[in-house]
Amino acid sequence: MNSHDPFTLALSLILSGDPGLFGIIQLSLQVSLSAVLVASLIGLPLGAAIALFRFPGRGLVITLLNALMGLPPVVAGLLVYLSLSRAGPLGQFGLLFTPTAMVIAQTLLVLPIIAALTRQAIEDLWEEYREQLQSMGSGRVRAIPTLLWDARITLTTAVLAGFGRASAEVGAVLIVGGNIEGVTRVMTTAIALETSKGDLPLALALGLVLLALVAAVNAVAYLLGQASRRHMQ
Amino acid sequence: MSGLPLASVPDPVLELRNVSFMRSGKVLLDHGNLMLTQQGRTIIIGPNGAGKSLLMRLAHGLLEPSSGTIVCRHNGSGTPRQAMVFQRPVLLRRSSLANVTHALALRGVPRRIRRNQAEQALARFGLTHLAQRPARILSGGEQQRLALARAWALEPDILFLDEPSSALDPAATKAVEDAVNVFFRKGTKIVMTTHDLGQARRLADEVVFMCCGRILERTPAATFFDTPTTVAAAAFLRGELVLAPWESPTPLTTNG
Ligand SMILES: Nc1ncnc2c1ncn2[C@@H]1O[C@H](COP(=O)(O)OP(=O)(O)O)[C@@H](O)[C@H]1O
Ligand SMILES: [Mg+2]
Repeated sequence: MNSHDPFTLALSLILSGDPGLFGIIQLSLQVSLSAVLVASLIGLPLGAAIALFRFPGRGLVITLLNALMGLPPVVAGLLVYLSLSRAGPLGQFGLLFTPTAMVIAQTLLVLPIIAALTRQAIEDLWEEYREQLQSMGSGRVRAIPTLLWDARITLTTAVLAGFGRASAEVGAVLIVGGNIEGVTRVMTTAIALETSKGDLPLALALGLVLLALVAAVNAVAYLLGQASRRHMQ
Repeated sequence: MSGLPLASVPDPVLELRNVSFMRSGKVLLDHGNLMLTQQGRTIIIGPNGAGKSLLMRLAHGLLEPSSGTIVCRHNGSGTPRQAMVFQRPVLLRRSSLANVTHALALRGVPRRIRRNQAEQALARFGLTHLAQRPARILSGGEQQRLALARAWALEPDILFLDEPSSALDPAATKAVEDAVNVFFRKGTKIVMTTHDLGQARRLADEVVFMCCGRILERTPAATFFDTPTTVAAAAFLRGELVLAPWESPTPLTTNG
């Protein structure tokens, strides 16, 4: 290996703490974590409510939610683009090509995952706990915090799955963010651009960081699964 | 009417009047009438599928009867506190202690005294050393004892137990029976089902015999095991198969 090998250059970029590189990583994390936070705040109670209450069209809502787990990122990006563009319903806020727009698009991608997985987990748990909780005087509304806490491991895994999807997608953030250097350029869009430009070391460095991030997320999910098997039944 | 002695009939704590329960066209409980008083341990026995679990769920309020009324009274007026212990204990995915404090929270016990009360309940059933252990990794016997401790913390006037020891080994079964008697000595009304006739003999003050969705008799334990009132109960005690009337020419009720 000589020192012009892209892999070596990528490593030295990471190890030297290159500010350009770390700016991109920081923005990526900010956008994806914000999206996961918003999606969790909406998706956890929403999923629990769908699990516990019967209402007309419930089957349709569940089917839709499950289908939306596979929403293609470019389609999510397109929908948010249409809403935020000058002529769109939310055009007056001037959000297009800002990190906020990227958070909105990723929230749209992550919300169905968190809500659908929460719905499934809470419904299973309610089935198991219903009689006992009813016996102790707990109605369905009071059961929501009980069930959310008792499903905490499964729900954490759902949130991690959402984070994995957000941080790895490129289509949505590219369309609504525009990949503007220093403003909306995140890891995935930078990799796509730098690869096409031929700046392989930077692309490779970002790819390594992204890979490590995804691996870490999966490792945490795995360890949580192990812990739950040991402690929860 | 003055001058007559007051009726010595004790107040009923639980009364079922013509209670029926139907599902998908089948009558699972057929005009059940039952009057239970605060005193004593009532053991419900009968063949599998007789409707024993169903009767308890109706009495406890987990199911709504299709017709008829269920009245619970305490000391003549107030609503009695109830608790139920199931065949397979349903424990939250938390520590043993947290399982009990959660039950107290549902009952509306103020936070600052919950922990103390929960610890006392655990201590009462010898579970203090398991307080911080995740409840779901306890053994079957320990889990059922924890379910009993949780019920104890709720200070019920009536305790329903649905085959609480049917999945347990003899030592754990003994612990459950001892626990039932701890409640009994405190004045808690015991309503329990079992498929173990030996257990019924050990615990019962009175026996309710059910068969085929009907409550056939309620008899003091002292007479039930020797001279049950109904043909069906006699056959059941002899260990014979008891068939529903539409499956067998033998009547269920006339004394044979
Ligand atoms: N909630 C319910 N819905 C429909 N059928 C039920 C329900 N609960 C019990 N059954 C039926 O009622 C009958 C009596 O059941 P159960 O009370 O569990 O009998 P056991 O005396 O063995 O406890 C069974 O045939 C059972 O399948
Ligand atoms: Mg039963």
